[in-house]
Amino acid sequence: MNSTIHISEQKEQVEKQVWEILGEVTDPEVPVLTVLDLGIVREVKINGNALHGWSLEIVITPTYTGCPAMDMISMNIRFALLQEGFTNIKITQTLSPVWTTDWMSESGKKKLKVYGIAPPHYSQAVCTPDAFQQEEAIQCPRCDSFNTRLVSQFGSTACKALYQCVDCKEPFDYFKCH
Amino acid sequence: MKNQSLIDYTLHLADNALIIGHRNSEWCGHGPILEQDIAISNIALDLIGQARNLYQYAAELKGDHATEDSLAYLRDGWDFKNLLITELPNGDWAQTILRQFFFSTYQYFLYQQLQHSKDERLAAIAAKALKEVTYHLRWSSEWVIRLGDGTDESKQRMEKAVEELYAFTGEMFLPTDYEKELATNGISVGPESLKEKWTDKVRSVFEEATLASPFKENNSAWMQSGGKEGKHTEHLGFVLAEMQFLQRAYPGAEW
Repeated sequence: MNSTIHISEQKEQVEKQVWEILGEVTDPEVPVLTVLDLGIVREVKINGNALHGWSLEIVITPTYTGCPAMDMISMNIRFALLQEGFTNIKITQTLSPVWTTDWMSESGKKKLKVYGIAPPHYSQAVCTPDAFQQEEAIQCPRCDSFNTRLVSQFGSTACKALYQCVDCKEPFDYFKCH
Repeated sequence: MKNQSLIDYTLHLADNALIIGHRNSEWCGHGPILEQDIAISNIALDLIGQARNLYQYAAELKGDHATEDSLAYLRDGWDFKNLLITELPNGDWAQTILRQFFFSTYQYFLYQQLQHSKDERLAAIAAKALKEVTYHLRWSSEWVIRLGDGTDESKQRMEKAVEELYAFTGEMFLPTDYEKELATNGISVGPESLKEKWTDKVRSVFEEATLASPFKENNSAWMQSGGKEGKHTEHLGFVLAEMQFLQRAYPGAEW
């Protein structure tokens, strides 16, 4: 009885430690965001015990189907865990439920803005296939003006659109709603 | 027991995405302006990403050491089940845009239904991809309108593209045996059920683009077909020759 409680306590501690380690792993394309800021870590499963070693399974989900950063993110998670002494690591990908920009953390959105990328909006009102829709007003991350224009729906990575501020003229990326 | 129809259907969906993705990637570095070069390359990336998800699933279903790479790089032309329209040469910007619009409209309505498939894996892949296809459809619609209702030259090029491509659209809605079998189990989408929505969307975008409707009154237009069953145009061979060269010349090469 006592030892069972002991193991579950240890497990909890390991889980806490793993989440802390994951909180240090950044996105290679947007290095101000950690994988937790992005909301792409869906689950951490822990098995084993302190004596025989812990085995970890980290379940991640891609932001975009073709996101080329996923393989690198998996590798970076593995390296980070290896550095902390975990050797039995399995990283799996899941597609369902589908990732949405709503899963991005508030601190992540703030970090994005400071970095010069406009963070995604909450509401996803314009994610429809209709042509020439009135866009939501996207705020310039430099001067905070809402007087901005869409340059292209497709930007430097799959998850971003290209905008320009009409007031301060700054071209900037917008982490588009998804 | 292996479900051959499910393997065939998954490969059909994967091949569509890979081949049109590959064609679009040919524009990388050659787009008419930088932003649109980036756009078409992004779309290529999304489509190749879809293809990867689908090939991974097909490889699991198939077993026998199949992998996503062996399915993409080591099958021959007659094994590919993509729609003929996806393998046609890019032509000019108008033709690439129109093909993307025809295809994205089809994929949009297809995935909208496929996300409710009884096959959980296909449903998950479709639900994920649908968000991206929404952007593809929006982008390609806007370009059809811009070019159709643009200058004399852009309109004329668009009209020529319609002439070139329209005969390749009928195949989208012709069910194969593998689709028919899976449709009865709620796994695949019966492609004939997509035709009306597809036609409505094309009609409304063409109207806005001031392009003449390609639809004949009694649906009598002659249509090309065969790709879904492995009978291809000569163009697929050229796509594969380039795409598969490295794995054929240096089997198992990695970078």
